Amino acid sequence: MKPPPFAYHAPATLAEALDVLAAHGADAKVLAGGQSLIPLLNMRLAEPGHIVDINRVAGLDGVRIVGSEEDAQAPPGGRTGGKGVRVGALARHAAVERSAGVAAVQPLLPAALRHVAHPVIRNRGTVVGSLAHADPAAELPAVLAVLGGTVEAVSAAGRRTIPAADFFTGPLESALRPGELAEAAFFPALPPRTGVAFTETSRRHGDYALAGVAAVVGLDEDLRVSTARVGYLGVAATPLVLDLTPRARQAQDGRPPGAADWSGVAGYVRDHLDPEPDIHAGADYRRHLAGVLTERALRAATADALDRAQTPGVHDEAEW
Amino acid sequence: MEETFEIELTVNGVHRTARAPARRLLSDLLRHDLGLTGTHVGCEHGVCGCCTVLLDGEPVRSCLMLAVTADGHEITTVEGLAGRDGTPSPVQRAFQECHGLQCGYCTPGFLCTVTALLRDNPRPTDEEVLEGISGNLCRCTGYQNIVASVHRAAELLAEEAR
Repeated sequence: MKPPPFAYHAPATLAEALDVLAAHGADAKVLAGGQSLIPLLNMRLAEPGHIVDINRVAGLDGVRIVGSEEDAQAPPGGRTGGKGVRVGALARHAAVERSAGVAAVQPLLPAALRHVAHPVIRNRGTVVGSLAHADPAAELPAVLAVLGGTVEAVSAAGRRTIPAADFFTGPLESALRPGELAEAAFFPALPPRTGVAFTETSRRHGDYALAGVAAVVGLDEDLRVSTARVGYLGVAATPLVLDLTPRARQAQDGRPPGAADWSGVAGYVRDHLDPEPDIHAGADYRRHLAGVLTERALRAATADALDRAQTPGVHDEAEW
Repeated sequence: MEETFEIELTVNGVHRTARAPARRLLSDLLRHDLGLTGTHVGCEHGVCGCCTVLLDGEPVRSCLMLAVTADGHEITTVEGLAGRDGTPSPVQRAFQECHGLQCGYCTPGFLCTVTALLRDNPRPTDEEVLEGISGNLCRCTGYQNIVASVHRAAELLAEEAR
């Protein structure tokens, strides 16, 4: 249970880090929080020739609220320059979880972060590191996917912005190329009259989830449910997003605002998922969990949306 | 020959140096290179919490950190929790008083975690205590007395502050 030998690099600047990454390509691994990488090294499941420890690179630990209100209204995908939360590569889970600005702009982030491992792990682990690790059972990839966020990758050759839909390519595989560093992630702001919920089921508190759900529900001007997007973890090889907007309209149909009926949505979800079994849970059980959790999360996100729509002052402009 | 690095850190207020390869875990540097065996090593992949120490005041897993990464930082281990004269800290006294341990293997991790928990939240609820210690495993006590110890430690700290 000790890491294998590797060449260690502790660059002091981003440029230096990118040079080292360019020189060693696929044989180099970036070390940020290390809460996934070091266990892999300890168990000798990974044996990179080079470790590039970015902990001494200044300016990567920022958690910033960026963009304007108008941009936040743009449709998903068109939001890359919009309002949201930009999380730097060295920002720890705990810093993002405790930020009042983040909670006001995108409350799904702190809601999901509370489920990431344990508080002590969150003191060290990083949000961008979780995304780059691309574990399909992890919380943050599903959050980035359901929100339509992006990852900013930088290499000695230049920068590019990768949409979440293209970023996660397989279990523990991302679109990051050898020589690239995930410098930051962008989580779009919550639009007006929108609510969120995060829920998951795990064997023990803090374990990876057997299945988990991140829900985003939007209301129209009459406070009737109009959109619903749900991100799943633990039920596919990559974080999976279902657009349940047609089901949302059905849930609201003929009912007064605040009385959307989400029962029946579980069956729809079960029919649209094809999870893999593993030693922790069978495919049927995961499918069942995803259905039940979807119904719960949609109900909670609807209540959250109503709450935000009816008390806009509280949620919109909380001290940034 | 594996390359070694000069590592300088402040451990329990004392400036310490050691030479070690980059793959030396912080937990092993503390135990083997610096002789501070109070930090225990259980699972070595971040699950058990025995090796928890304070890095610049925040609890972290010392088995999930390379010692070279800790270069220049301040570490507090279980050996550094007591007063200079050896008087156990309020958290240590509470664990003793409430029988918050049996075999003692997990205790250094609990003491470091709880010390930081009560600094950030001096009057935690039962739920906050459970969340706070959820990353530390104890195979002896069944946790009841550990939870009681945390509440007692909060009382002792409040008395001391008065």
